[in-house]
Amino acid sequence: MRNTFSILIVLFASLAGAAEIHPPAQVSAGNSITIPSSGSGDATFYLLGPTMANKRKVQAGSDITVDSEQLEHAGVYTAVLCASDGCSSARFLVNPAAPNRLSFLVHPSRVPVDSPNRISAVAFVQDNFHNFVLKPEAVKFSVQPKDGKEISAMRNSENGVAWVRLSSAKKEGPARLGASIGKANEVRIVQQVAADACNLRIKASRAKKDFVIETDPVKDCSGNSVPDGTVVSFTKMDATGKATVDVPIKRGVAKVELPIQGQAKITVASGVVTGNELEVAGGE
Amino acid sequence: MKRVLPLTLAVLTVALIIIAWFQSGGVERRALQSASTPQQAARLMLSQIQSHKFDAAYNRLANRNEVDENSFIREFTGSYGSLLTISSLEGFDVGVLHATDEEATVRAKFHYATGVGPLDDTRDLTLQRTGDTWKVVWPVDSRAKLPPQVIPVNYLRWDVISRGSSDDWGVQNVDSPQVRIVSMNAIQRPDSVVLVGEVVNEDSVPAYVNVGATLLGPNDEELAQESSFDKIAHTLLPRQVSPYRIDFPNMRLDKIKNVRMDAKALLIAASADPVIAIDQQKLETDALGKKVLSGKLTNQSGQIVSIPHVIAAYYDSNGKVIWVSDGYVAQALLPQTPVPFAVDLPPDVAKNVQTYRVIVNHFELTT
Repeated sequence: MRNTFSILIVLFASLAGAAEIHPPAQVSAGNSITIPSSGSGDATFYLLGPTMANKRKVQAGSDITVDSEQLEHAGVYTAVLCASDGCSSARFLVNPAAPNRLSFLVHPSRVPVDSPNRISAVAFVQDNFHNFVLKPEAVKFSVQPKDGKEISAMRNSENGVAWVRLSSAKKEGPARLGASIGKANEVRIVQQVAADACNLRIKASRAKKDFVIETDPVKDCSGNSVPDGTVVSFTKMDATGKATVDVPIKRGVAKVELPIQGQAKITVASGVVTGNELEVAGGE
Repeated sequence: MKRVLPLTLAVLTVALIIIAWFQSGGVERRALQSASTPQQAARLMLSQIQSHKFDAAYNRLANRNEVDENSFIREFTGSYGSLLTISSLEGFDVGVLHATDEEATVRAKFHYATGVGPLDDTRDLTLQRTGDTWKVVWPVDSRAKLPPQVIPVNYLRWDVISRGSSDDWGVQNVDSPQVRIVSMNAIQRPDSVVLVGEVVNEDSVPAYVNVGATLLGPNDEELAQESSFDKIAHTLLPRQVSPYRIDFPNMRLDKIKNVRMDAKALLIAASADPVIAIDQQKLETDALGKKVLSGKLTNQSGQIVSIPHVIAAYYDSNGKVIWVSDGYVAQALLPQTPVPFAVDLPPDVAKNVQTYRVIVNHFELTT
């Protein structure tokens, strides 16, 4: 309905030879403009933009001021002036303002250590009014590992989007990923976590009445401690049958107390990783 | 003639009342009042339990001096939020195993209706003759009670703060956990197609996991879609592996060209506590002649586990998962107190089982 109305106004304005308006060909978003007009007497001014339509009474022949709030959205605008002798129209372009905002998407939020090109960081460049800045702009990406120096690189945006792919470090811990342009400086945290357990080993010792089976500190192949809470499965086979316990790692090790009858075989696994096998002799 | 009609109606009414009495089990009820045989005595006591006449049932025990009444009642009504607290005794069967003039053994099969489906319990009860009647010798609970104490628990707990609704677009959210289906095997059963396998949480955070499957026909059309429902441990801690089973009733394997698997994972708050040990696992034949995997669950922490759920994966000699069975345990797991469990296994599968792995899932009743 609004489109039909706009088309009718513009069509009517173009057919009628009347008071004219001369807006600037291009404007930056968020700036007010003054549109000179010709003719005389009372007139009606229409401003049609990508997300708005405005109508007000003006004097033909005077300068028409358009507030900055009315020109915040980038796109093609049409100004129409209708006086007693007819209507005239003119189109002008509102361009995005200087880049000053970023929408920064980083994925994933957790990543195993030593994973090549696993982290994706994408920045969407916008001006203060959320208009995408489509012309190429330099975005500064930075990475700061825990207890490490910041590394940065510039990437030009294409159609408002700049991106970079990163590999995770060999050491676990949070990494700060940043993207900045203008006054915008967005930071995201990526947790670099230990990979699968490596060289999973168990040892057994006698407790008061049972055996204590304990892992060595559980680490991945890069030497990072596997996080507490990670489940380690112990399996015991002895004269009484089979026993299994899923135990979460606590302070770096997983520990379980098992009663053992006669000769027993004990195995350990975490996820799809298996560890060593123990044979112990308990009471009869 | 005037009296014929009222008389006929009166006779008819009496006849209908007698028929109704028979129809509603009047004969059985009458028989249940008696305890002159071991079977009658057991049926009488169980019928009193079924109708929640626990005092009357307790009074029929031969060893009341050894059995606490409240403990006896709790065996049927449950405690600590166990499965029996949301169950009712729907029915029972009683059969005499052997009997002498003074003592008899009867096998009682209890059929419960529970919040998670039917639950069967089988017990062999000893009965003794006392004068003209028989009384049940109720098994005395010999489990050692854990003395009051403080058990320090310092396992990890994970809490999650997600992106708020007022946060700007592009503000980073925490990703869903990475889970992976590590095995899948499609099996033709007499009345269904069953998918069994295992799924692992590969992430460093806990995951709420559900495995779904879609069966595709010769032209890639969808034949059926199902999920693992409760045949899986939904909450998986980091690197934890759970078996899963998906049943497709009334489906034939030869009609299926492809299977589309889908493992969905959500990040959830979870605790690494409680740790439950599964001891004395054995594949055996139970008293009813069924193949079962039995064992004992021991809650190693201080928190009471209300409803334990046992899930077992069975492997053949090639290490392939050939079956997954599960079962709920009626009793709550008190700290450090072993509780027996048994899960069924089809006999044709049992002969091919080389090894197995059992995990325990648990549910709590929230008020």
